[in-house]
Amino acid sequence: MQDADDTPVIRVRGLRNHFGTQVVHDGLDMEVHQGEIFGVVGGSGAGKSVLLHSILGLRRPDGGTVELYGSDVEHLASKDRSTLVQTYGVTFQNGALISSLTVAQNIQLPLREHYALSEKNLDSLAELNLLMVGLQPADGAKFPSQLSGGMIKRAALARALALEPKLLFLDEPTAGLDPISAAAFDELLLYLHSQLRLTVVMITHDLDTLFKTCSRVGVIVEKRMISGSLEDMLRNIQPWIHDYFHGARARAAERETAEGEVHG
Amino acid sequence: MHEVVAAPLMLEPEGDGWRLLLNGDWSLAALPRIEAQLKGLPSNLSGKVSCDWTQAAAPGISPAWALLQRLADIGFRDTGVVHTGNPPDFLQLLERLQADRHAALAVPPAHQTLEGLVGKLGRWAVVQGRHARGVIAFFGRIAKVIGEMFSRRQAVRGSSLGRHIYETGVTAIPIVSLIAFLISVIVAYLGAQQLARFGADIFVVDLVTIAVLREMGVLLTAVIVAGRSGSAFAAEIGVMRLNEETDALRAMGMNPIELLVVPRVLALVIALPLLTVIADAMGLAGGALLSLINLHIPVQEFTARMRESLSTTTFWAGLIKAPVFAALIAIVGTYRGMQVRDSARELGRLTTVAVVQSIFMVILADALFAVLFVQIHF
Repeated sequence: MQDADDTPVIRVRGLRNHFGTQVVHDGLDMEVHQGEIFGVVGGSGAGKSVLLHSILGLRRPDGGTVELYGSDVEHLASKDRSTLVQTYGVTFQNGALISSLTVAQNIQLPLREHYALSEKNLDSLAELNLLMVGLQPADGAKFPSQLSGGMIKRAALARALALEPKLLFLDEPTAGLDPISAAAFDELLLYLHSQLRLTVVMITHDLDTLFKTCSRVGVIVEKRMISGSLEDMLRNIQPWIHDYFHGARARAAERETAEGEVHG
Repeated sequence: MHEVVAAPLMLEPEGDGWRLLLNGDWSLAALPRIEAQLKGLPSNLSGKVSCDWTQAAAPGISPAWALLQRLADIGFRDTGVVHTGNPPDFLQLLERLQADRHAALAVPPAHQTLEGLVGKLGRWAVVQGRHARGVIAFFGRIAKVIGEMFSRRQAVRGSSLGRHIYETGVTAIPIVSLIAFLISVIVAYLGAQQLARFGADIFVVDLVTIAVLREMGVLLTAVIVAGRSGSAFAAEIGVMRLNEETDALRAMGMNPIELLVVPRVLALVIALPLLTVIADAMGLAGGALLSLINLHIPVQEFTARMRESLSTTTFWAGLIKAPVFAALIAIVGTYRGMQVRDSARELGRLTTVAVVQSIFMVILADALFAVLFVQIHF
């Protein structure tokens, strides 16, 4: 990953978002570099999802700039926008699989939209993406309502990977999963990250996931973001950050990681 | 070998096997072209194959997967495929996935047989049988809750009932009035044209009065309400089902039939007769207006003639049908809503079914009423 140039993949400057009189972000800065797994944390209502929506262009920020690969998202021509959208994959909190389509059709949806492929090829690609996230080819014929929570998260990841993105946004990928499934998802993420050379931005509340996978963390406190390595965060004396990283749960997750040396 | 060849694939013999030269764009965008080329590979190759990735630009996962799949189809799996020339990292992953796939697909898919078809027919019959039982059970549950209302005051959900009467009744007044008025104007106009030929203009009053009071007032109102409220009932309850709200109610020891279904049914049973009275009045007003303008029958004469043509039962013959129609519309709407499961498409489908079916039921019931009234000279 040394070959990456210095332009950050994502650069957010002075982001400001408010809903009526309630200010969510005020002068928020964020930078994500090539090859990182960047974890975004913050209390409920701190504006994690709003930040994600601003970066993805699903919400027009009330101030500040968002740059992806060095180009300002807001001032992009619609054709360039469409190309840009194809370079990243997103999974939403509840999977957001289209409920009237099978899993395989969900995966094929972006491929169908952007490329003229034969049915045989589409089937084979659906299979590839299913296998890649650890699902069975037979699962492709199922409808989202027939899947368990863990399978939905994986199927959503498969759909996000369909266009071979270099950048992946995950909104609470392990929320609502049992610890074993969540750990398996962490492993899967690390594996895909190393094999596909992905840059990952992940919103998460899951401290285990955070300690196991993330190379850098950004905490949203007081409408801004404080980012740094996990060690930096552990040393940070800001009250919320201190409580977050030194609570009973955090200590347990930390201990586990230290023992396992997973992320050396 | 440094010039870029347009074709993304070139096959040449090498020793006792083959060498595949991959060149040009091998990204996802080039997949259609690559796919066509892969199809063109002869399928009777044997020996070893080595893929040379030196010239492949920006190799993507999907094209690489397509290549591996095609090579496996040709039969290179056993003899092995070698990748040379700085192949992309993810080939390792893909090769592992290919092994997974092979293991997963070892079970052949079931073929369609005669037994299978008979089985399908049988399953269909069973599903229909269950469905019929479900409808009867639904009626039963509603009846049970209504029965409980007499002994248990709490079962009467006053505020919910009020809200639904307002939503299904009060807010429907403008559209029901307008449509009743216009339709009756049309009927009176058509009638006047025909009757004027016999010089029997005055019978337009009889026509309008009887048509509006016996049939049109209540039928029109029922159809409009089926479109407005039948669909709303199905959609509201359907979304609650998708959100697991009905399950939550049940888990808290509350009965969704009592909370969601019965208030809607009762509200409509109360609101529809009232709407019918309004529709009747507006229909008669429309008839009177047209008679005045087109036939120059003064309003006093219209009302006098109207009284003559009315028998005691005319008004009630229409109104008595309203609660029955209301119950049909509300029960069909709520039942379809309760049936929603799993997906947004189900919700749309069942909402449509609710409207179509409730209109059909209303017209069927109206026909039965017509026969009944003739039999008993009502």
